[in-house]
Amino acid sequence: MARILGGITTSHIPAVGNAIANKLFDDPYWKPFFDAYPPIHDWLARVKPDVVINIYNDHGLGFFLDKMPTFAIGAAHEYRNEDEGWGIPQLPPFPGDAAFSWHIIEGMVADEFDITSCQELAVDHGFTVPMQLFWPKLGQDPNFPRAIPISANTVQHPIPTLHRALEFGRSLRKAILSWPRDIRVVVLGTGGLSHQLDGQRAGFINTAFDKYCMEKIVSAPDELTRISRMELVEKAGAQGTEFLMWLMMRGALGEKVNLLTQNYHVPISNTGAGTMLLECAD
Amino acid sequence: MDLAEFDHHADIPGTTIFDGRQAMKGYALNKMCYSFNRKENREEYLRDPEAYFEKFGLNEEQKQACRDKNVLALIEAGGNIYYLAKFAGIYQLSVQDVGAQQTGMTTEEFKQKLLDAGR
Repeated sequence: MARILGGITTSHIPAVGNAIANKLFDDPYWKPFFDAYPPIHDWLARVKPDVVINIYNDHGLGFFLDKMPTFAIGAAHEYRNEDEGWGIPQLPPFPGDAAFSWHIIEGMVADEFDITSCQELAVDHGFTVPMQLFWPKLGQDPNFPRAIPISANTVQHPIPTLHRALEFGRSLRKAILSWPRDIRVVVLGTGGLSHQLDGQRAGFINTAFDKYCMEKIVSAPDELTRISRMELVEKAGAQGTEFLMWLMMRGALGEKVNLLTQNYHVPISNTGAGTMLLECAD
Repeated sequence: MDLAEFDHHADIPGTTIFDGRQAMKGYALNKMCYSFNRKENREEYLRDPEAYFEKFGLNEEQKQACRDKNVLALIEAGGNIYYLAKFAGIYQLSVQDVGAQQTGMTTEEFKQKLLDAGR
């Protein structure tokens, strides 16, 4: 049977992709951010997941406002990164696991989560930056896992509630655990933490709220579901709503988790950058 | 979902909630910006911006905001920041340049404000 080993969160700021391309790991601005990742590399090298479920939010590459799925799951054999408008270097395709994707989709729709299934999905920095951060050698790494992207809408309101995001993760967990093959799975929750790019409030960062979220997501994620969506915009910034991805990830980990490592650094670009590694304890 | 919350979207100062109302208003503008994912479209735009505005059916408010590269006006005209980022990219404006313009600071001052948030 499939097992879920743990979950990892990270910010997925495009500037990180550029910093990786330019190898700025020891640059004074970037070092406090990149230093969070070696302990996670060590853990991944030890547990060797077969599949990574990468929960991110598309930023206008895979989806446009003509048709905006609230929850979309990739069901492709591979996923390609494409030009997002500023011509950053493209990465090699990411191998998928289409049969497992369809199992998850079947399971979640039976569980009354109505999913948009995607047999083609261009993946943007929200997906690729975390893959680069966690598996720096990407496909050159013999332990590079197959990937399944899941995207939730935070581009256009109405966005899902925090409660729905956590419940999504719980339903995802049931679907994963019912897969009959013996595979090991990790789940990524990417994006956030607080930031706002638009409006006179651009540059808004809320360190106290970010730290509150990082504390509660470990042991009391249900408490976070009391936060309304507008309160989330107010406290985390307009794009801080990406915290929904973290809650989706958390729901998939079961009730009890152990926090193995975490980091919080301000600023990376316009953002409060949070990184956490949570190992399943159930 | 209560409809009251929809009507209270605008209550966060300095923040435009991109909801159905903004999505309707800004559709043509956002569709143009989405097209900038492709290099050949960026090049076509730069050859003749006015013709490109017409191709996507932008209204005068949207056209003028684009001509001025005025981000607050682009948002007011229904622009969504994720798509506007592609427009800004054509002019090599970083998210810090965009933040500085919206808050009336220099880019250096805006970067300092971000650094101060971490102290």
